[in-house]
Amino acid sequence: MTTADDWSRGQDGFVDVRPRPGEPEFYDSAPKPSDSFLELRDLRVHFPTDDGIVKSADGLSFTLERGRTLGIVGESGSGKSVTSLAIMGLHKNTRAKITGEIWLDGEELVAAGIDQVRALRGKKMAMIFQDPLSAMHPYYTVGAQIIEAYRIHNKVSKAVARKHAIEMLDRVGIPQPASRVDDYPHQFSGGMRQRAMIAMALSCDPELLIADEPTTALDVTVQAQILDLIRDLQQEFNSAVIIITHDLGVVAELADNIMVMYAGRTAEYGPTDDIFRRPQHPYTWGLLGSMPRLDRERADRLLPILGTPPSLINVPSGCAFHPRCGYASLTGGRSTDEVPVLRSVDGEHSVACHLTAEQRLKAWETDIKPKL
Amino acid sequence: MITFIVRRLFGAVLMLLVVSMVTFAVFFLVPRIAGQTTDQLATQYVGRNPNPTEVHAMEVKLGLDQPIYVQYGRFLKNIVAGEDFDTGTGIVHCPPPCFGYSFKNQQEVWPQMLSALPVTGSLALGAAVIWLISGVGIGVLSALRRGTVFDRAAMSVALAGVSLPIFFTALLSLAIFRDSIPLFPDAGNYISITVDPGKWAEALVLPWVTLAFLYAALYARLTRAGMLETMNEDFIRTARAKGLSERKVVVKHGLRATLTPIITIFGLDLGLLVGGAVLTESAFSLPGLGRFAVNAINNQDLPEILGVTMLAGFFVVAANLIVDVLYAVVDPRVRF
Repeated sequence: MTTADDWSRGQDGFVDVRPRPGEPEFYDSAPKPSDSFLELRDLRVHFPTDDGIVKSADGLSFTLERGRTLGIVGESGSGKSVTSLAIMGLHKNTRAKITGEIWLDGEELVAAGIDQVRALRGKKMAMIFQDPLSAMHPYYTVGAQIIEAYRIHNKVSKAVARKHAIEMLDRVGIPQPASRVDDYPHQFSGGMRQRAMIAMALSCDPELLIADEPTTALDVTVQAQILDLIRDLQQEFNSAVIIITHDLGVVAELADNIMVMYAGRTAEYGPTDDIFRRPQHPYTWGLLGSMPRLDRERADRLLPILGTPPSLINVPSGCAFHPRCGYASLTGGRSTDEVPVLRSVDGEHSVACHLTAEQRLKAWETDIKPKL
Repeated sequence: MITFIVRRLFGAVLMLLVVSMVTFAVFFLVPRIAGQTTDQLATQYVGRNPNPTEVHAMEVKLGLDQPIYVQYGRFLKNIVAGEDFDTGTGIVHCPPPCFGYSFKNQQEVWPQMLSALPVTGSLALGAAVIWLISGVGIGVLSALRRGTVFDRAAMSVALAGVSLPIFFTALLSLAIFRDSIPLFPDAGNYISITVDPGKWAEALVLPWVTLAFLYAALYARLTRAGMLETMNEDFIRTARAKGLSERKVVVKHGLRATLTPIITIFGLDLGLLVGGAVLTESAFSLPGLGRFAVNAINNQDLPEILGVTMLAGFFVVAANLIVDVLYAVVDPRVRF
């Protein structure tokens, strides 16, 4: 009997690992499983459209361990949300072309079957969305939606699931959870809805929690409460958290590591402290300069990043940031010709920039730091 | 909720009063404004060679000599309290709800409408079941398979469905399925369901399908558009993020949200149809309310026209009321 695997076996039963015609030399039939809890390897999410291929994520790699928080920062359209949806397997494969590897606790998700990923969704990995009003079904009670999430992965009776839902609502700080469980989303305030959303996401104790701009739609006063809640729950469940935001204040609060994304690529990656104290990428400088600060005079102007985010179809040649970069001329033309690779600056801290270490240090110390 | 229903009921009665006033004015006031005398109005009831005395007697008998508001008041009173009519050969008692007596064909209006109602009802309800199932089903499938051959084919047929007039599709279906291939030789020969359910269905299959074709096409397009919109909503993404199976995402979350506006339109469409599916009934010679209305208008039979207008108005207003109440049930955001 022959199986589909037999093509790779030689006559003697030995595995023939020689490359076949047209196959790349480095072809490795079984990618090496990751030792990390979550690892992305060269993830690319491309959307073919009539106007061209939208490269929303173009070669992302990072790792994340249990109990740690990664902040992904970048402008709108930098590929933050697309990346998180790819991890969750929520892209339609008819519309998105996903390549690379996503390893979650020893399982590879990009090549995995739809049902395999679905079984993980909600159970092993869960997601909190930006706008909790539109992210909850308007026709079902908050309780019903949490119960549904719980019963997909736990074969329990409705009564048990309901008790669990009330517990979860209590856990995220909703007053009178036993009666509020029967309320509809529109009867909750914005902050309460986000709490309910978190309760729903955490109902099956996920090991990976992705929060996509969890506080953007909320009042500032509520923002801090929600961030505290996410941190407390993370410590309680020892889960890995990815927090996606354009608000550097949020990641400063929560993240252990920060990844700065620009045009679908990693511009800079490193421990939170390093990113704030010794940022290396001109784009990170721009983000820091655009942040309003309460401890400054109002007369001081913010330092916005000039220009607009690039089109993801016609990404600028070389370094995608070069049209907006004030230091591009220092690279001697490399910034327009050559795509910068992510290089380590100091341990985990790495940057994708053509400027030399001296040039970056000088620019940071003289131009940027004094103005922040 | 109760206060809302009471308030809406009150509004519904008011609406029917306005409908009755307008209809009454159209047939009794407008001719006078246009210069027709009450004599001329009465003349048509008298016979072939009217003489002035007979005409005047008829005028008095019909109450045409009285002021218009008195006549209108009597019309309303009859509906509530009934009336005795002198037919010339004897007195006919017309019990409430009395929509008048047709002196043209010497019959009361209400029993005629009552016998026509089951025909229209059978036609409308049967067609509604067909178009709701097929229209919504095709709409959902089309939305989920957007851009495929199925979607394109279904939407082309739907475009034909909304474009082809009923009298064309009706005659076509009769020509094919009754005459060329006699699958339904008795199409249109209405027999009450209580008499013979088999014959009842046989007579109605072609009318049902013809009428449902038009509405199914409309509903397929509506459902497809609604479904495409709903499936892009954030809460659908949330449902998927929970790990729900795609079938449950579509049915429990997608369809549930899409159906709400469709139920609204469905209620109104059905209400409108029960008041008379004029074209379908005429094409298939079904003795329903629609054909009753057409005949009444052809004969200028004022009591019949008034009666059938009021009945159709009643169904539309009632459907509106039911839809409004139902809306609060299906959409929890609507509260009174």
